[in-house]
Amino acid sequence: MERVAVIGSSMTQFGQRDGWILDLLAEAGLACLDDAGVDAADVDHLYVSNMASGEFEGQTGIMNALAQDIDATPAYTQRIDQTSSSGGAGIYAAWQSIASGASDMTLLVGGEKMTHRTTGESTDVIASLTHPVEYKQGVTLPSFAGLTARHYLERFDAPRESLAKVAVKNHANGVHNPHAQFQKEVDLETVLESPIVADPLRLYDFCPITDGSAALMLCPESVAQEYADEYAVITGIDGATDTHVVHEREDPTVMGGVVESGEGAYEMSGRGPDDIDVAELHDMFTILEFLQMEGLGFAEHGEAWKLVEEGETERDGELPINTSGGLKSKGHPLGTSGVAQGVEIYEQLMDEAGDRQVEAEVGLCCNVGGFGNCVITTIMEAAQ
Amino acid sequence: MTMEATRYEDGTISYPGHPRGPGGTEPVETVDLSEYTAEVITWTTSMATPPGVREPNHLAIVEFDVKGEIVRALGQLTTGDVETGDEVQPVHVDELREPGAGIREPESQEWDGYRFEPV
Repeated sequence: MERVAVIGSSMTQFGQRDGWILDLLAEAGLACLDDAGVDAADVDHLYVSNMASGEFEGQTGIMNALAQDIDATPAYTQRIDQTSSSGGAGIYAAWQSIASGASDMTLLVGGEKMTHRTTGESTDVIASLTHPVEYKQGVTLPSFAGLTARHYLERFDAPRESLAKVAVKNHANGVHNPHAQFQKEVDLETVLESPIVADPLRLYDFCPITDGSAALMLCPESVAQEYADEYAVITGIDGATDTHVVHEREDPTVMGGVVESGEGAYEMSGRGPDDIDVAELHDMFTILEFLQMEGLGFAEHGEAWKLVEEGETERDGELPINTSGGLKSKGHPLGTSGVAQGVEIYEQLMDEAGDRQVEAEVGLCCNVGGFGNCVITTIMEAAQ
Repeated sequence: MTMEATRYEDGTISYPGHPRGPGGTEPVETVDLSEYTAEVITWTTSMATPPGVREPNHLAIVEFDVKGEIVRALGQLTTGDVETGDEVQPVHVDELREPGAGIREPESQEWDGYRFEPV
């Protein structure tokens, strides 16, 4: 099986955008074609990662619309919905299309338009992924985070400040990302005194509601060499699920989908946690950064907070995490986020990350759907 | 009115029930959790609630011990004045949130259920 390469990327400005879903997708799609130097006519497969354009905007059929808007017809198209992990699932689908030989050039575009809805409406669209017995209780994804954070802090005797330091770190990284929704630092005091959203978590423990789009171009390595001297290769990728009903998990502090998908990606790539130079984790809530660090083997169970306290996950630390600013600062346009994680890792490997640049030959991204319900882990490496 | 959990062939119990249990086991009977008390494993107070949900919304994950078999449930609390480890009992509520106020089709599911009240 030929290796699958990434030869181009793009990302729109994240935040509150005037454009609607089709505008955002076209903006990122065209920019990615340009970045990769690929003609739209050469795209065999076109995937769109999106969670809920029908629910948010009443616009469906967005993959076909995008194919026409960027003049990529008659490319095969498919919309990928795996809730918040739609972007990672899109990378997996795009990888499969190349690895199987079905496509020689696949464009993946993630997009979501959310900010025209109220916070309550957006929260409800997202919470609609829950089981009926959860939904009728008024459970939201932020409330799952509050429940889990309290359990983690009490069980592992972790200081509340350690969660706040995740927000402080990711906001500091976001300052250097020109596409981030928040390019503003926050201090510990601001995080700890912000309004309570889901006790013990406060406003700055949560990602914002965001519009935005991002894209990646994938092809076989032999084709990549026709387009670029330097490119990245997806050396490991896997997806997994955990229980749909969150309270049925044996250990509330373990996300089985993270563990399983991580192990699969490590096995495929022949890499392990110690080989990872930079990682993008799904910090929809600060507590999720801890759970993924532990599930992926970057820290022992119950000890991720210690690495954060020691500064090891900062940009100049041993393992920089969320150099993009993460979902926390960069923003979280649901179906886009997994693609945007891939964009950050690709840019880091290509030495194109500007002021965010770290030394990296191997990068990992972990995209979480629901509250760990579906997870995709991807390992990408620089190639020449 | 029952808080219906499901027991499977291997003796495990889940709330809610599923067509298949652990290891592909078949459901064999239902268990009414409202007859038991439970222990609070963790809790939160949600201040940003969706349409049709009370604000603030006190929530907890609780653990029942049904004759040695552990089963967990998530539900609203009757009060925010709880701590981890507290004992609670289920109390029935006709409408946990307003049907039709949110995105879910009102006819697609039931809206009554149980809150947990400190014993």
